[in-house]
Amino acid sequence: MLTRAKNPQLWLATAVLAVAAVLGSQVALAQQKEKVLRAAMHADVRTVDPFWTTQTIAAIHGLMVYDTLFSSDINLEPKPQMVESWTVSPDRKVYTFKLRDGLKFHDGTAVTSKDVVASMNRWGKRDGAGKQLMGYTKSLTARDAKTFEWVLTEPFGLLIDILAKTGTSIPFVMREKEAMVDAFTQIQEVVGSGPFMFKRDEWVPGSKTVYVKFKDYVPRKEPASGHAGGKVVKVDRVEFIWLSDTQTAQSALVAGEIDYLENPAIDFLPILKSTAGIKLEAHKAMGTMGILQLNHLHPPFNNVKARQAMYYLINNADYLNTIAADEGLQTLCFSYFGCGVSMETDAGSEPYKGAKSVAKAEQLFKEAGYKGEPITILQATDHQYITPANLVMIQQLRKASFLKLDVQAMDWGSVVSRRAKKEAPAQGGWNIFITGTTVVTSSSPITHTSIGMGCDKAWFGWPCDKRFEDLRQEWAFAPDLATRKKLAVELSRRAYDQVPYISFAQWRNPVAFRSDRLSGVQTMPSVPPMWNIEKK
Amino acid sequence: MTAYIVRRLLATIPVMVVVALFVFLLLHLTPGDPAAVIAGDDASPAEVEGIRRKLGLDLAIWQQFLIYAGNLLRGDLGTSIFSNLPVLTLVKQRLEPSLVLAVSTLVIAIALAVPMGVLAAWKARSWIDRVVMGFSVLGFAVPVFLIGYLLIYVFAIELRWLPVQGYRPLAQGIEQTARSILLPAIALSMVYMALIARMTRASMLEVLSEDYIRTAHSKGVATVVVLLRHALKNAAIPIVTVIGIGLTLLISGVVITETVFNIPGLGRLTVDAILKRDYPIIQGLIILFAGAKVLVNLLIDISYVFFDPRIRY
Repeated sequence: MLTRAKNPQLWLATAVLAVAAVLGSQVALAQQKEKVLRAAMHADVRTVDPFWTTQTIAAIHGLMVYDTLFSSDINLEPKPQMVESWTVSPDRKVYTFKLRDGLKFHDGTAVTSKDVVASMNRWGKRDGAGKQLMGYTKSLTARDAKTFEWVLTEPFGLLIDILAKTGTSIPFVMREKEAMVDAFTQIQEVVGSGPFMFKRDEWVPGSKTVYVKFKDYVPRKEPASGHAGGKVVKVDRVEFIWLSDTQTAQSALVAGEIDYLENPAIDFLPILKSTAGIKLEAHKAMGTMGILQLNHLHPPFNNVKARQAMYYLINNADYLNTIAADEGLQTLCFSYFGCGVSMETDAGSEPYKGAKSVAKAEQLFKEAGYKGEPITILQATDHQYITPANLVMIQQLRKASFLKLDVQAMDWGSVVSRRAKKEAPAQGGWNIFITGTTVVTSSSPITHTSIGMGCDKAWFGWPCDKRFEDLRQEWAFAPDLATRKKLAVELSRRAYDQVPYISFAQWRNPVAFRSDRLSGVQTMPSVPPMWNIEKK
Repeated sequence: MTAYIVRRLLATIPVMVVVALFVFLLLHLTPGDPAAVIAGDDASPAEVEGIRRKLGLDLAIWQQFLIYAGNLLRGDLGTSIFSNLPVLTLVKQRLEPSLVLAVSTLVIAIALAVPMGVLAAWKARSWIDRVVMGFSVLGFAVPVFLIGYLLIYVFAIELRWLPVQGYRPLAQGIEQTARSILLPAIALSMVYMALIARMTRASMLEVLSEDYIRTAHSKGVATVVVLLRHALKNAAIPIVTVIGIGLTLLISGVVITETVFNIPGLGRLTVDAILKRDYPIIQGLIILFAGAKVLVNLLIDISYVFFDPRIRY
């Protein structure tokens, strides 16, 4: 009888088979191992209701979980997403939409027109552009399970553009159950029909948010392009890891502990650029625009001449060199609607583009009746770019020795609270604070909240100009892009004349990712898509 | 002893009431508006007002306090304004990393600092003493975040021995937890070590000059025995006290260390809540921290009995 004890060859064969089996099982295990995309985003997902807040992170969360009727492609052109087809009546007042087949919520139920109608109604109560759209909405009704009709009172030309918007708040489609919740109350359940499912049981606010692939999601056939096209998920799981410390975040990317860093601190970009296996990428319309907000309710900035005078003191290049030292990231932009976008125009900025002049500024302040009253500046000391921008502004204003500055240092949380006060600066109000907005938000006069001059209804600072608001309305009803561009020029001229705020710079914030592991990464302004990314 | 403990525990009630009142007033009287933070930068003033109304932040302060106090009496610490999750759930999620970090720090600090202090006292004014005291000065002077970044650079980026950030729960295995907690615990223990080493040295120097130590030496008792059994035990009360006081230091240090090493603990929960003005979380955490501090003080007082039999309660 042939036994292993007696036959060394048999022993050898058994050993080889055992090793092969172990190796094989390890390979199989590796194949079975989940593909996890670890991403550090610019903020932590603290709120799971994307309509409840205008914070961008809520929109990023929303884009993972929910789907949209329309989406913007890589060129920021609106494309259908959940919508299969649509028709517009000749008077441009009646839009009839049909949903595409196979749309399902994460609980397995089908997406219906009723869900869409309820969702749009809820979104329209909170979002700025949504409110405008709803203001021109006569009715929004579900015709059948897959068809709904949007009837307008006027031929409002931006319906599709607004439904495809990429900035907050994006009009996501929720289940009717959640969409019926009061718009000022946060929803409890997160059940969308998007490409990822939210894992509530693994959610640790302030630390980690987990999404898993929604296996029943039916992507569009078109290739992925920005937020549009086929949302094909190529990983099993996405983890948003909140790294509040920018130094630690870049170290984690360098060490390979994370794959994707949405908003690397600009100071660390040279390190990341020179690290093998890391790539930096930015969309052409990606970026931030600085806003030096003036309070139009109180002297001296209740007088237009004092506001215009500020342009003779503020030098854009100084801000850019401080906030984004890398010249490749800077854009010396004089467009209120951002540069690199279709509405870009610097009309009206001509007087302010030249050399800065303290004397000219002083003359204008005098004409405005400035008598040396303190100018209260709310100086945020804990913000990535607002803090350095404040220092630049204070330095520039101190060169104008005729101005009496009252600089009040505080954290950003206090600034956002204090800026809402309409009282005079001496009674707890303010004159100036610095903030910013995204280029994509600014690119449309309608979504650009801080440029509005609707007096009491306007953003903090409360600029007031009927002519400008009329032009904005005209822009919203413009039938085509050419007319909108023409109106943007007029809007820009009026803005530079009235100065709702001082626009001080535009800079880009690239995303950084491990190019040695990831492929298919697409950048989009404001809200990055996390589908289509493949991990080795 | 039992009566003493009960008395002390009862005395914590007014302390906690004062803490609750103080924290509430402090938060509501300082500038900052959670509704504005929630609404986001692009929200209009009307939107912010809508959220404020919904959250009850438009009510008078006394009304808000009554609601808060009523919930507190029922053991309800409230619900996070942002995540809509109960504060207790958030605390439970964060308790393990903070406890593991605190205990590891304590173990490292005591295990190293007490021998260092004993050694420095024994070899007073020698080079050993100077090295230990020099280390103590550094431990006090160098900020925790700087030590953290240096450790990350050397051990995580250059040597790749340990992870840069993150916490692995005990459920994933003790080895994984130890790897994730080692660098933060070392960084955090530096200041603590400095404090304990200095106090041990000072206390030991005083005891070592006592007559009974000289007697022990003259009787031929081994140096180690003199140092550890005769001297250290008698020098222990100030050391234990300083370890207790240092717990406050640990709480503030945890805040920074958890941020640098991205440990999802109570420290980061506190900082994030303060920055976002998430009042229920801040209030809940400060009450818990205050309770922990009162309890630690009580434990330290009780421990005196074991070190000095003359003490009776």
